[in-house]
Amino acid sequence: MLKKEDIAKRIAEELQDGWYVNLGIGIPTLVANYIPKGVDVTLQSENGLLGMGPFPTEENIDADLINAGKQTITTMPGSVFFDSSDSFAMIRAGKVQLTVLGAMEVDQNGDIANWKIPGKMVKGMGGAMDLVASAENIIVAMMHTNRAGESKILKKCSLPLTGVNCVTKVVTNLAVLEVKDGAFHLLERAPGVTVGEIQNATDGELIIAGEVPEMKL
Amino acid sequence: MKKVVKDVEEALEGIESGMTLMLGGFGLCGIPEKCIEALSKKPEITNLTCISNNAGVDEFGLGLLLKNRQIKKMISSYVGENAEFERQMLSGELEVELTPQGTLAEKCRAGGAGIPAFFTPAGYGTEVAEGKESREYNGKMYILEESLVSDYSIVKAWKGDTKGNLVFKATARNFNPAMAMAGTITIAEVEHLVEPGELDPNEIHTPGIFVHRIFEGKDYEKRIEQKTISQ
Repeated sequence: MLKKEDIAKRIAEELQDGWYVNLGIGIPTLVANYIPKGVDVTLQSENGLLGMGPFPTEENIDADLINAGKQTITTMPGSVFFDSSDSFAMIRAGKVQLTVLGAMEVDQNGDIANWKIPGKMVKGMGGAMDLVASAENIIVAMMHTNRAGESKILKKCSLPLTGVNCVTKVVTNLAVLEVKDGAFHLLERAPGVTVGEIQNATDGELIIAGEVPEMKL
Repeated sequence: MKKVVKDVEEALEGIESGMTLMLGGFGLCGIPEKCIEALSKKPEITNLTCISNNAGVDEFGLGLLLKNRQIKKMISSYVGENAEFERQMLSGELEVELTPQGTLAEKCRAGGAGIPAFFTPAGYGTEVAEGKESREYNGKMYILEESLVSDYSIVKAWKGDTKGNLVFKATARNFNPAMAMAGTITIAEVEHLVEPGELDPNEIHTPGIFVHRIFEGKDYEKRIEQKTISQ
């Protein structure tokens, strides 16, 4: 079973040289720590920055420089600031090649739910609906099951949706899944996890073709 | 026409109960903290509709107006940092229109650009699309969203000149330029107010034509929501 850092590490392998990438809050943020050597990616923060750098040192903190998670950050050489409407212009126009975000549920249609639990949690969608409706590659980083052990990889999402038919890949603590043609395709297993265990933890249709390799981390 | 006002009081003249305000900022970054604080000291102004990406925190930013029950309705994309907000929303005291962040930004930009509505893919197939026209373009589905304008837009800039030209700093720019465009009257509070000619015309973000009143605020607190540090 993968730790959160390992999920981030596995997702980082999907990054391609030259890509502009938007990382959501939580596990997706950790992906920035594992960008492979020689792969030049530019991180987009939807509050208005291309070229996000690491957290600042105490003496370099700037209240005017934060990321979309409202954390203090720094910029990389060659970075650029812009306003929110330009930020979402580049997102909607598909200039940001990859979005990585968390989810409460995903389903085999590629639908995702991650912004609302009716009557319980109503914080808003932020930029998630714009991001999932736009990027060509949407990778979801999440736990395969909830705390009660119930699958979050579903036939049909039960929570209010963030977007439809948009998720391309899911990386969980158990597996790497590709979403296409109305099903989850099992690409890789987490080290030490069996196909049977993944099958048991998956509610949606799972396609298993031949030997499923173990993830290399 | 003289755009410079002597203080925040003069800047806010004319704001009345029931009006629609746009307030710039993302989280607490780039919010017009002087104008919000001054509005919170006018509790007689109520029933406001506030368009702002977030709703402040309990003791700062729009949280101050929420605490006073001055806001009737919020149009925002994310409101997760404010306990009083959540209480008023769940109890039904506060009307909330949650809007995808990019759609909110474009509603302001388009409103300020004389475009009354536009199609966006954000929210298609979700509850955001309920009751809205949807249409297919080039094989992809989009929903029709109507633009926004305000009675007063209140923005915060780093530098401004007496003509109303504005320069923003870092990610404190966020919603401020689009909201400045969409104001029937736009008020800009700035950290540094300078004379015409002192700002390089090549580096101005918001042309002064969008700004009606401007003043220099003193002693900005610029509260940080999540202080994160590299070890």
